[in-house]
Amino acid sequence: MFELIGVPPQALFGQLLLGLINGAFYALLSLGLAVIFGMLNVINFAHGAQYMMGAFGAWMLLQYVGIPYWGALLVVPVIIGATGIILERLLLARLYHLDHLYGLLLTFGLALIFEGLFRKQYGSSGLPYANPIPGGTNLGFMFLPWYRGWVVLISIVVCLATWFMIEKTKLGSYLRAATENPTLVRAFGINVPRMMTLTYGFGVGLAALAGVLAAPIYSVNPIMGSNLIIVVFAVVVIGGMGSIMGSIVTGFGLGVIEGLTKVFYPEASNTVIFIIMAIVLMLRPAGLFGTPR
Amino acid sequence: MRLKTLALAAAAAVAATPAMAQYSNDTIKIGVMNDQSGLYADLSGQGSVWAARRAVADFCKTTKCHDKIEIVFADHQNKPDIGSTTVRQWFDVDNVDVVVDVPTSSVALAVNNITKEKNKVFLVSGAAASDLTGKACTPNTVHWTYDTWALANGTGNAVVKTGGDTWFFLTADYAFGHALERDTAAVVEKSGGKVVGRVRHPFPGQDFSSFLLQAQSSKAKIIGLANAGSDTTKSIKQAAEFGIVQGGQKLAGLLVFITDVHALSLKVAQGLILTEAWYWDQTDANRAFSAEFEKANKGNKPTMVQAGVYSAVYHYLKAVHELKSDADGAAVVAKMKSMPTEDALFGKGQIRADGRKIHDMYLYEVKSPAESKGPWDYYKLRATIPAAEAFRPLDQGDCPLVKK
Repeated sequence: MFELIGVPPQALFGQLLLGLINGAFYALLSLGLAVIFGMLNVINFAHGAQYMMGAFGAWMLLQYVGIPYWGALLVVPVIIGATGIILERLLLARLYHLDHLYGLLLTFGLALIFEGLFRKQYGSSGLPYANPIPGGTNLGFMFLPWYRGWVVLISIVVCLATWFMIEKTKLGSYLRAATENPTLVRAFGINVPRMMTLTYGFGVGLAALAGVLAAPIYSVNPIMGSNLIIVVFAVVVIGGMGSIMGSIVTGFGLGVIEGLTKVFYPEASNTVIFIIMAIVLMLRPAGLFGTPR
Repeated sequence: MRLKTLALAAAAAVAATPAMAQYSNDTIKIGVMNDQSGLYADLSGQGSVWAARRAVADFCKTTKCHDKIEIVFADHQNKPDIGSTTVRQWFDVDNVDVVVDVPTSSVALAVNNITKEKNKVFLVSGAAASDLTGKACTPNTVHWTYDTWALANGTGNAVVKTGGDTWFFLTADYAFGHALERDTAAVVEKSGGKVVGRVRHPFPGQDFSSFLLQAQSSKAKIIGLANAGSDTTKSIKQAAEFGIVQGGQKLAGLLVFITDVHALSLKVAQGLILTEAWYWDQTDANRAFSAEFEKANKGNKPTMVQAGVYSAVYHYLKAVHELKSDADGAAVVAKMKSMPTEDALFGKGQIRADGRKIHDMYLYEVKSPAESKGPWDYYKLRATIPAAEAFRPLDQGDCPLVKK
């Protein structure tokens, strides 16, 4: 049996798969960010808070209404997406004519407010949420919980569907055209502001979906978003701001690299992504898949 | 006439000075510093501030106390740099006399040095590293509630006795995790067990599955969790998900607070063995304290850390009023050490020369959902560890204050 730098291949396969699972979360979250940035030119710092609200949404539906996980998976993204639409209409839409920085500051402030409110109400230790598909299967090299498999599956499907919608459909072509030249697209009779509102709602819905997926495995916790959001931003920067395929591929890819770091040098596992980000920024400032503007 | 008034005023001032000058700034100012917003906020946070206020109120009920006792609080965000800056500001500008609580050992060790440098008082309740009364001990610090040695001695011993003789550690990568791992490994090896491996995870962590998988492939009988707060709850939750317990390995949560058990739910946490210094459902006095705590703190029960803050502040006030001064930190701590401790929550105890507060520790097992009679009814007592055996023997800590 061959060994790679002292690590048996079984452990290595296991870690690769785990990296892919974590990458699924990075991909879903960075996809939402990329969609919002690509269409609205807004750096949505509230994304982590909206992910957290997704997890809390699932918990609340179960606790107060009795709707189980599978219902929450459909309902929560719609509800949180709707709150995103309200935010966009009330606040964000007023900032489009200003510099990116204003949108960033606004969403950052909103994130702090949301987190603070949830912390005030529910404390910081987290809330329990039962795993809807317990158990798993032994793959020989590792034990794969059914639930983690499900997370990877749904994440790949959602990512590819989003990519297809934006890059290959008529609706997507409108969206891309509206980003390039909103005035011209409006002249063709297309309601560009409404399209942007719905895009923001969709991006937020993706964050909420990731939140619902995370509820059974991470704890439902007001600070769960802020722990993750910085990493996800690094993923977006590495992939190229606004690039849909870039965020999907780097999301999964960096999950795997992080997973491998956890085997070879665990102490560096929370910094490795930032080291890669620094290198990518030096060599390709627009990101791996981005086009310089 | 005018002259007479002036003379009278001067006389009054002279008469008043000796009594007033003994309390620095004429105020006993207590600073509660802990995590107000992160993963340790529920086990310390505002609950500790409430406990400190309560200690002042209870003390003043029975004793004629100084009329200016003030409590301030701050969030150190679990970062040593923020903690150090805050404490320097408190000592240099705000005239704070004593710092209380300070979970997160890396922050506590930083505050420990500054307190000595400024000759103030530091009462540790939240932090765990046993170094605070070992190599890093100072004449200005009292370590009140628990420490890593006591946890290792309680939980570690109990687990080894039931056959858990090979261990793999999952350790939070900072001062506390390292201390807890070191102290537990010593207990395991002393009782004939073996440590087969360890992995250090970033603090705070998010996904533990990778580390758990490494623990699983080590084939150790026991996976020791040398972490705390939501790091521990996430580890336990994800271990259940990856079938680690079904696979025959057992988890040993080396530091589990009641708020963690609450976050996990009994279904997941049942059967865990843990060591605590204090549990709300232990005595009538504890239950009465907890009932009021609950009303003020969103229905949560107090943790041992918060109860420890109450007890520590209570004893500090006793010593300061005895001395009628809070100006010389080392003198206050010396006074605290010379008096036996006694309060409603921790009963009778004492503080050793190295700054270690001594009391009984308790080994609990988490109840199953069927055994629990209601919310927060979580523990059943397995053993009481008498005060004399609960903490590291005085001569083994390498504390320079202890004469050999």
